[in-house]
Amino acid sequence: MADHTKNAQAYWRANLRLIIISLAIWALVSYGFGILLRPMLAGIPVGGTDLGFWFAQQGSILTFIALIFFYAWRMNKLDKEFGVDEE
Amino acid sequence: MSQFAINLIFVGGSFALYIAIAIWARAGTTKEFYVAGGGVNPVMNGMATAADWMSAASFISMAGLIAAGGYANSTFLMGWTGGYVLLAMLLAPYLRKFGKFTVPDFIGDRFYSTGARLVAVACLIIASVTYVIGQMTGAGVAFSRFLEVSSDMGLIIAAVIVFLYAVMGGMKGITYTQVAQYVVLIIAYTIPAVFISLQLTGNFLPPLGLFSEHTESGMPLLAKLDEIVRELGFRDYTADVDNKLNMVLFTLSLMIGTAGLPHVIIRFFTVPKVADARWSAGWALVFIALLYLTAPAVASMARLNLMNTIYPDGPTADSILHAERPDWMKTWETTGLIKFEDKNGDGRIQVYNDTPAFAATASDRGWNGNELVVNNDILVLANPEIANLPGWVIGLIAAGGLAAALSTAAGLLLAISSAISHDLIKGSLKPDISEKGELLAARISMGVAIIVATWLGMNPPGFAAQTVALAFGIAAASIFPALMMGIFSKRVNNKGAIAGMLAGLISTCVYIFLYLGWFFIPGTATFANTPDNWLFGGTGYGISPLSFGAVGAMINFAVAFTVSALTAPPPVRIQELVESVRFPRGAGQAVDH
Repeated sequence: MADHTKNAQAYWRANLRLIIISLAIWALVSYGFGILLRPMLAGIPVGGTDLGFWFAQQGSILTFIALIFFYAWRMNKLDKEFGVDEE
Repeated sequence: MSQFAINLIFVGGSFALYIAIAIWARAGTTKEFYVAGGGVNPVMNGMATAADWMSAASFISMAGLIAAGGYANSTFLMGWTGGYVLLAMLLAPYLRKFGKFTVPDFIGDRFYSTGARLVAVACLIIASVTYVIGQMTGAGVAFSRFLEVSSDMGLIIAAVIVFLYAVMGGMKGITYTQVAQYVVLIIAYTIPAVFISLQLTGNFLPPLGLFSEHTESGMPLLAKLDEIVRELGFRDYTADVDNKLNMVLFTLSLMIGTAGLPHVIIRFFTVPKVADARWSAGWALVFIALLYLTAPAVASMARLNLMNTIYPDGPTADSILHAERPDWMKTWETTGLIKFEDKNGDGRIQVYNDTPAFAATASDRGWNGNELVVNNDILVLANPEIANLPGWVIGLIAAGGLAAALSTAAGLLLAISSAISHDLIKGSLKPDISEKGELLAARISMGVAIIVATWLGMNPPGFAAQTVALAFGIAAASIFPALMMGIFSKRVNNKGAIAGMLAGLISTCVYIFLYLGWFFIPGTATFANTPDNWLFGGTGYGISPLSFGAVGAMINFAVAFTVSALTAPPPVRIQELVESVRFPRGAGQAVDH
């Protein structure tokens, strides 16, 4: 039982860590590159405008997709490693 | 063949498909009615979620909003997609593990309180009903424009179709029709966009065309657009925004509002496993992104096309004569969505930004005010006509717009009816109701919800447009924080959750009412809705009523944690429940209870 609890805690901590890293990237590409940091990226031209505009209208969405698939893949692997998967 | 006949074939054909699916996918049990039996393939569910989520607002209005606002309205693009990251990581897998049928189910059980469940039911119904009004009116407008019936008649046809598959098939029928509706709407959205991108930039992928060279002028497309609108006194299309605090809060409100909308969350109860719920959120966003990556291209290209139509020789030369305007402008003038008034009597159409800063230039050119008002909503619908695309593309757009409105309406109606039959009747009023009785109650609630929605669609309250802000505000400020705390904290108790939800709900509603009118009654607003009146408005960083959902969510979190810390922790069995939703093992399919 003690082992089981320890294992469960480690699994949950690993999940929280993954969520924090993913959400940091989520915030960086949208609120960061897309909005607040746009003036800093103004020097990087992308097709008639700048990188910040690209992140606001394209890049953030593409990053969101990558993040969800990365999270799903990592978590489904963690489920098996910690023996908490459904099968 | 006439355009009317083509539209009829496309719309009629798509409707025949939805009815066939309805007959094939009838629901026999409450489990099939609420969660489609719990065996939906995650990719398929992703597609259904995309149709469920992308409403008339995404399909018809969003590109128009971006065209008008340029970079500033990128908030819609980020806000309406970023919520899926939150759903995938913070809500969907755990709620799927919990394994019941509705959102109030979880809130009621986790916070061991009928009060919490009823507050959740109230939030769900207010958010979903306000949302469904927009879908029904959207369907009515699309019908009246493309099928030459009255808007009310169109609404009734739409209601009958939704009634057929939603009442018969419940979530099962809705799921498979949404898959078909997704296919219709995404084809309808992307085909005209590909044609227009090819015409303007030679690049057949609109998201790349957006950043390519404008073939005619040899300049980058966005630089050309900036140049034209600047000549007419508008802000540059790509210009940065000054009030970044409000831009951040508005985007955040849309994101957490999206993650907190019950009709989206319940879609993740239909997949077989927790792992599938995670994948499914990813697939949903892939299918959503096909439209959302195309929309900004449609927006800028349509604005450029429109400006080039009105100023064929460039913005510094004379504009087009009203008598020589293209046919599509005449068609849309009859709907009242394009209005022209020859203010300076020169027979030409002048479009410019009628502000004091531009007044000198305007009077130099003999202009006496902006003469053309174009409703944002027609941009996508009129796009094929503006770009001179063949008639079948217009028929496709008609079928696509209706698919977007109907799929979202059905999802919302299911969320409303299951909250009534499952949470209100079975969960509170009559817990001993039989399976058959509950299924009948679910069907009756669905029927009543459709009738109410149709009536509201025909008699839209004058405040229909503002209420969308309310739907997102409520989902963001009340539902999302309650769900998240229920999963990620074992310490938040019944009193904390109820106090938090009410604080988030009330603060958000009051802030919206202060600027948009109490209960949206015209003329009752306490303050004029202008940026310098908003909270912190004096600093230039005012918070708009539409952005307040994120603040309401923070208030909810703060109140819930404070009240919980001052009162007794939840009982051990609840802490064990929280523990169990965190681990996928032992999920099984969504269970009856």
